Amino acid sequence: MPITTILFYVLAFIIVVSAVMVVFNKNVIHSAFALFFTLFAISGIYVLLKADFIAITQIMVYVGGILILLIFGVMLTTKITNVELKTKNLNVIPSVIFSLGIVTILIFIIFSTKWNIKQAVENEETITHIGKALLSTYLLPFEIASVVLLVALIGSAMFARKIKD
Amino acid sequence: MEIGLNHYLALGAILFGLGLFAMISRRNAILVLMGIELILNAANINLVAFSRYNGLGVDGQVVSIFVIILAVAEAAIALGIVLNLYNNFATVDIDEANTMKD
Repeated sequence: MPITTILFYVLAFIIVVSAVMVVFNKNVIHSAFALFFTLFAISGIYVLLKADFIAITQIMVYVGGILILLIFGVMLTTKITNVELKTKNLNVIPSVIFSLGIVTILIFIIFSTKWNIKQAVENEETITHIGKALLSTYLLPFEIASVVLLVALIGSAMFARKIKD
Repeated sequence: MEIGLNHYLALGAILFGLGLFAMISRRNAILVLMGIELILNAANINLVAFSRYNGLGVDGQVVSIFVIILAVAEAAIALGIVLNLYNNFATVDIDEANTMKD
Protein backbone atom coordinates (compact mmCIF):
# COMPACT_ATOMS: atom_id res chain seq x y z
CA MET A 1 0.00 0.00 0.00
CA PRO A 2 1.60 3.33 -1.00
CA ILE A 3 2.31 5.90 1.65
CA THR A 4 -0.07 8.46 0.09
CA THR A 5 -2.98 6.04 0.50
CA ILE A 6 -2.24 5.55 4.20
CA LEU A 7 -1.81 9.32 4.64
CA PHE A 8 -5.09 9.98 2.87
CA TYR A 9 -7.01 7.59 5.09
CA VAL A 10 -5.38 8.94 8.28
CA LEU A 11 -6.16 12.54 7.28
CA ALA A 12 -9.69 11.66 6.18
CA PHE A 13 -10.26 9.90 9.50
CA ILE A 14 -9.04 12.95 11.45
CA ILE A 15 -11.19 15.27 9.32
CA VAL A 16 -14.39 13.26 9.67
CA VAL A 17 -13.99 12.48 13.39
CA SER A 18 -13.15 16.06 14.37
CA ALA A 19 -15.92 17.44 12.13
CA VAL A 20 -18.36 15.10 13.87
CA MET A 21 -17.05 16.47 17.17
CA VAL A 22 -17.59 20.03 15.90
CA VAL A 23 -21.16 19.22 14.99
CA PHE A 24 -22.24 17.10 17.96
CA ASN A 25 -20.27 18.56 20.87
CA LYS A 26 -22.38 20.20 23.56
CA ASN A 27 -19.68 22.68 24.51
CA VAL A 28 -19.08 25.50 22.02
CA ILE A 29 -15.42 26.00 22.89
CA HIS A 30 -14.75 22.27 22.42
CA SER A 31 -16.34 22.56 18.99
CA ALA A 32 -13.96 25.41 18.16
CA PHE A 33 -10.94 23.33 19.20
CA ALA A 34 -12.18 20.34 17.17
CA LEU A 35 -12.52 22.67 14.18
CA PHE A 36 -8.80 23.40 14.59
CA PHE A 37 -7.94 19.73 13.89
CA THR A 38 -10.35 19.61 10.95
CA LEU A 39 -8.78 22.64 9.27
CA PHE A 40 -5.23 21.37 9.85
CA ALA A 41 -6.02 17.95 8.38
CA ILE A 42 -7.67 19.61 5.39
CA SER A 43 -4.45 21.46 4.70
CA GLY A 44 -2.73 18.04 4.74
CA ILE A 45 -5.23 16.90 2.11
CA TYR A 46 -4.21 19.89 -0.04
CA VAL A 47 -0.56 18.83 0.29
CA LEU A 48 -1.54 15.34 -0.92
CA LEU A 49 -3.26 17.01 -3.89
CA LYS A 50 0.01 18.86 -4.69
CA ALA A 51 -1.53 22.26 -3.93
CA ASP A 52 1.22 23.63 -1.70
CA PHE A 53 0.18 27.29 -1.83
CA ILE A 54 -3.44 26.49 -0.94
CA ALA A 55 -2.23 24.37 1.98
CA ILE A 56 -0.18 27.24 3.42
CA THR A 57 -3.03 29.68 2.79
CA GLN A 58 -5.40 27.31 4.55
CA ILE A 59 -3.20 27.23 7.66
CA MET A 60 -2.56 30.98 7.68
CA VAL A 61 -6.07 32.19 6.91
CA TYR A 62 -8.33 29.52 8.40
CA VAL A 63 -6.33 28.39 11.42
CA GLY A 64 -4.64 31.73 12.08
CA GLY A 65 -7.54 33.98 11.20
CA ILE A 66 -11.04 32.58 11.02
CA LEU A 67 -10.65 30.12 13.90
CA ILE A 68 -9.25 32.85 16.18
CA LEU A 69 -12.17 35.08 15.17
CA LEU A 70 -14.63 32.29 15.98
CA ILE A 71 -13.03 31.67 19.39
CA PHE A 72 -13.19 35.42 20.05
CA GLY A 73 -16.85 35.31 19.11
CA VAL A 74 -17.48 32.40 21.50
CA MET A 75 -15.68 34.14 24.35
CA LEU A 76 -17.40 37.49 23.78
CA THR A 77 -20.91 36.11 23.50
CA THR A 78 -21.03 33.42 26.20
CA LYS A 79 -19.98 33.40 29.78
CA ILE A 80 -17.17 30.86 29.93
CA THR A 81 -17.70 29.85 33.53
CA ASN A 82 -21.42 29.54 33.08
CA VAL A 83 -23.56 26.60 31.99
CA GLU A 84 -24.83 28.87 29.26
CA LEU A 85 -21.88 27.77 27.14
CA LYS A 86 -23.64 24.48 26.53
CA THR A 87 -25.96 24.47 23.58
CA LYS A 88 -28.62 22.08 22.44
CA ASN A 89 -29.29 20.59 19.05
CA LEU A 90 -32.65 21.25 17.50
CA ASN A 91 -34.69 18.84 15.39
CA VAL A 92 -31.91 16.26 15.48
CA ILE A 93 -33.73 13.37 13.84
CA PRO A 94 -35.13 15.24 10.76
CA SER A 95 -31.86 17.04 10.12
CA VAL A 96 -29.83 13.82 10.45
CA ILE A 97 -32.15 12.17 7.94
CA PHE A 98 -31.95 15.17 5.57
CA SER A 99 -28.15 15.46 5.75
CA LEU A 100 -27.61 11.70 5.42
CA GLY A 101 -29.94 11.65 2.43
CA ILE A 102 -28.02 14.42 0.69
CA VAL A 103 -24.65 12.77 1.47
CA THR A 104 -25.91 9.42 0.18
CA ILE A 105 -27.16 10.97 -3.05
CA LEU A 106 -23.88 12.86 -3.53
CA ILE A 107 -21.71 9.78 -2.91
CA PHE A 108 -23.89 7.69 -5.21
CA ILE A 109 -23.50 10.33 -7.95
CA ILE A 110 -19.74 10.60 -7.34
CA PHE A 111 -19.10 6.88 -7.61
CA SER A 112 -21.46 6.27 -10.53
CA THR A 113 -20.16 9.09 -12.75
CA LYS A 114 -17.32 8.38 -15.15
CA TRP A 115 -15.03 11.34 -14.49
CA ASN A 116 -12.78 12.63 -17.23
CA ILE A 117 -9.46 12.06 -15.45
CA LYS A 118 -6.23 13.45 -16.83
CA GLN A 119 -3.04 13.12 -14.86
CA ALA A 120 -1.52 16.47 -14.04
CA VAL A 121 2.16 17.31 -14.44
CA GLU A 122 4.02 15.83 -11.51
CA ASN A 123 6.25 17.65 -9.05
CA GLU A 124 5.78 21.19 -10.16
CA GLU A 125 5.44 24.12 -7.81
CA THR A 126 2.14 25.91 -8.19
CA ILE A 127 2.97 29.36 -6.81
CA THR A 128 4.40 30.66 -10.10
CA HIS A 129 1.38 29.49 -12.04
CA ILE A 130 -1.08 30.85 -9.47
CA GLY A 131 0.64 34.24 -9.50
CA LYS A 132 0.58 34.40 -13.30
CA ALA A 133 -3.07 33.34 -13.41
CA LEU A 134 -4.07 35.87 -10.74
CA LEU A 135 -2.46 38.76 -12.59
CA SER A 136 -3.56 37.81 -16.10
CA THR A 137 -6.67 35.63 -16.49
CA TYR A 138 -8.18 36.34 -13.08
CA LEU A 139 -7.18 40.02 -12.81
CA LEU A 140 -10.73 41.36 -12.60
CA PRO A 141 -11.89 38.92 -9.88
CA PHE A 142 -8.65 39.64 -8.03
CA GLU A 143 -9.36 43.39 -7.97
CA ILE A 144 -13.01 42.84 -7.07
CA ALA A 145 -11.85 40.62 -4.19
CA SER A 146 -9.76 43.48 -2.85
CA VAL A 147 -12.82 45.76 -2.99
CA VAL A 148 -14.88 43.09 -1.22
CA LEU A 149 -12.28 42.86 1.54
CA LEU A 150 -12.29 46.66 1.94
CA VAL A 151 -16.09 46.70 2.15
CA ALA A 152 -16.02 43.86 4.70
CA LEU A 153 -13.42 45.73 6.77
CA ILE A 154 -15.47 48.94 6.84
CA GLY A 155 -18.70 47.04 7.39
CA SER A 156 -17.46 44.98 10.32
CA ALA A 157 -15.91 48.06 11.95
CA MET A 158 -19.26 49.82 11.59
CA PHE A 159 -21.17 46.83 13.02
CA ALA A 160 -18.87 46.40 16.00
CA ARG A 161 -18.95 50.07 17.04
CA LYS A 162 -21.30 51.25 19.72
CA ILE A 163 -23.74 53.65 18.13
CA LYS A 164 -24.12 56.79 20.21
CA ASP A 165 -27.47 58.53 20.22
CA MET B 1 -5.34 0.71 -3.72
CA GLU B 2 -4.58 4.00 -5.38
CA ILE B 3 -6.42 7.07 -4.13
CA GLY B 4 -8.39 8.66 -6.96
CA LEU B 5 -10.63 11.62 -7.57
CA ASN B 6 -13.63 9.72 -6.14
CA HIS B 7 -12.10 9.46 -2.68
CA TYR B 8 -11.50 13.19 -2.41
CA LEU B 9 -14.99 13.97 -3.71
CA ALA B 10 -16.51 11.54 -1.19
CA LEU B 11 -14.56 13.20 1.62
CA GLY B 12 -15.89 16.57 0.45
CA ALA B 13 -19.43 15.20 0.36
CA ILE B 14 -19.18 13.86 3.93
CA LEU B 15 -17.78 17.18 5.15
CA PHE B 16 -20.59 19.00 3.34
CA GLY B 17 -23.18 16.80 5.03
CA LEU B 18 -21.75 17.47 8.47
CA GLY B 19 -21.67 21.23 7.82
CA LEU B 20 -25.25 21.12 6.56
CA PHE B 21 -26.28 19.29 9.73
CA ALA B 22 -24.57 21.94 11.86
CA MET B 23 -26.33 24.71 9.94
CA ILE B 24 -29.75 23.11 10.28
CA SER B 25 -29.72 21.80 13.81
CA ARG B 26 -27.39 23.85 16.02
CA ARG B 27 -29.00 26.74 17.85
CA ASN B 28 -25.88 28.71 18.69
CA ALA B 29 -25.18 31.26 15.93
CA ILE B 30 -21.42 30.70 16.15
CA LEU B 31 -21.88 26.97 15.58
CA VAL B 32 -23.95 27.78 12.50
CA LEU B 33 -20.96 29.84 11.32
CA MET B 34 -18.68 26.84 11.94
CA GLY B 35 -21.03 24.76 9.79
CA ILE B 36 -20.68 27.32 7.01
CA GLU B 37 -16.89 27.10 7.30
CA LEU B 38 -17.09 23.30 7.01
CA ILE B 39 -19.22 23.61 3.87
CA LEU B 40 -16.79 26.10 2.30
CA ASN B 41 -13.89 23.75 3.10
CA ALA B 42 -15.75 20.87 1.44
CA ALA B 43 -16.18 23.01 -1.68
CA ASN B 44 -12.47 23.86 -1.57
CA ILE B 45 -11.47 20.19 -1.36
CA ASN B 46 -13.61 19.50 -4.42
CA LEU B 47 -12.12 22.43 -6.37
CA VAL B 48 -8.51 21.45 -5.61
CA ALA B 49 -9.21 17.77 -6.35
CA PHE B 50 -10.72 18.63 -9.73
CA SER B 51 -7.83 20.93 -10.49
CA ARG B 52 -5.43 18.07 -9.75
CA TYR B 53 -7.20 15.27 -11.59
CA ASN B 54 -9.02 16.92 -14.49
CA GLY B 55 -6.09 18.63 -16.14
CA LEU B 56 -7.37 22.10 -15.29
CA GLY B 57 -3.93 23.34 -14.27
CA VAL B 58 -4.13 25.87 -11.45
CA ASP B 59 -7.57 27.25 -12.32
CA GLY B 60 -9.31 25.29 -9.58
CA GLN B 61 -6.73 26.44 -7.05
CA VAL B 62 -7.22 30.09 -8.01
CA VAL B 63 -10.98 29.72 -7.55
CA SER B 64 -10.39 28.11 -4.17
CA ILE B 65 -8.27 31.14 -3.18
CA PHE B 66 -11.27 33.34 -3.98
CA VAL B 67 -13.45 31.04 -1.87
CA ILE B 68 -11.02 31.50 1.04
CA ILE B 69 -11.11 35.29 0.59
CA LEU B 70 -14.91 35.33 0.65
CA ALA B 71 -14.91 33.01 3.69
CA VAL B 72 -12.75 35.49 5.59
CA ALA B 73 -14.98 38.42 4.68
CA GLU B 74 -18.08 36.40 5.58
CA ALA B 75 -16.66 35.33 8.95
CA ALA B 76 -15.73 38.91 9.92
CA ILE B 77 -19.12 40.35 8.91
CA ALA B 78 -21.11 37.48 10.43
CA LEU B 79 -19.28 37.73 13.75
CA GLY B 80 -19.99 41.47 13.80
CA ILE B 81 -23.68 40.67 13.29
CA VAL B 82 -23.56 37.99 16.03
CA LEU B 83 -21.96 40.44 18.47
CA ASN B 84 -24.69 42.97 17.72
CA LEU B 85 -27.28 40.24 18.24
CA TYR B 86 -25.73 39.48 21.60
CA ASN B 87 -25.78 43.17 22.55
CA ASN B 88 -29.45 43.50 21.66
CA PHE B 89 -30.88 40.16 22.85
CA ALA B 90 -28.26 39.03 25.41
CA THR B 91 -28.20 35.63 23.69
CA VAL B 92 -26.78 34.04 20.57
CA ASP B 93 -29.53 31.46 20.38
CA ILE B 94 -31.00 32.01 16.93
CA ASP B 95 -34.41 30.74 18.07
CA GLU B 96 -34.65 33.41 20.76
CA ALA B 97 -33.82 36.29 18.45
CA ASN B 98 -37.09 36.31 16.55
CA THR B 99 -38.41 39.80 17.16
CA MET B 100 -38.49 40.59 13.47
CA LYS B 101 -40.60 37.51 12.81
CA ASP B 102 -43.39 38.29 15.28
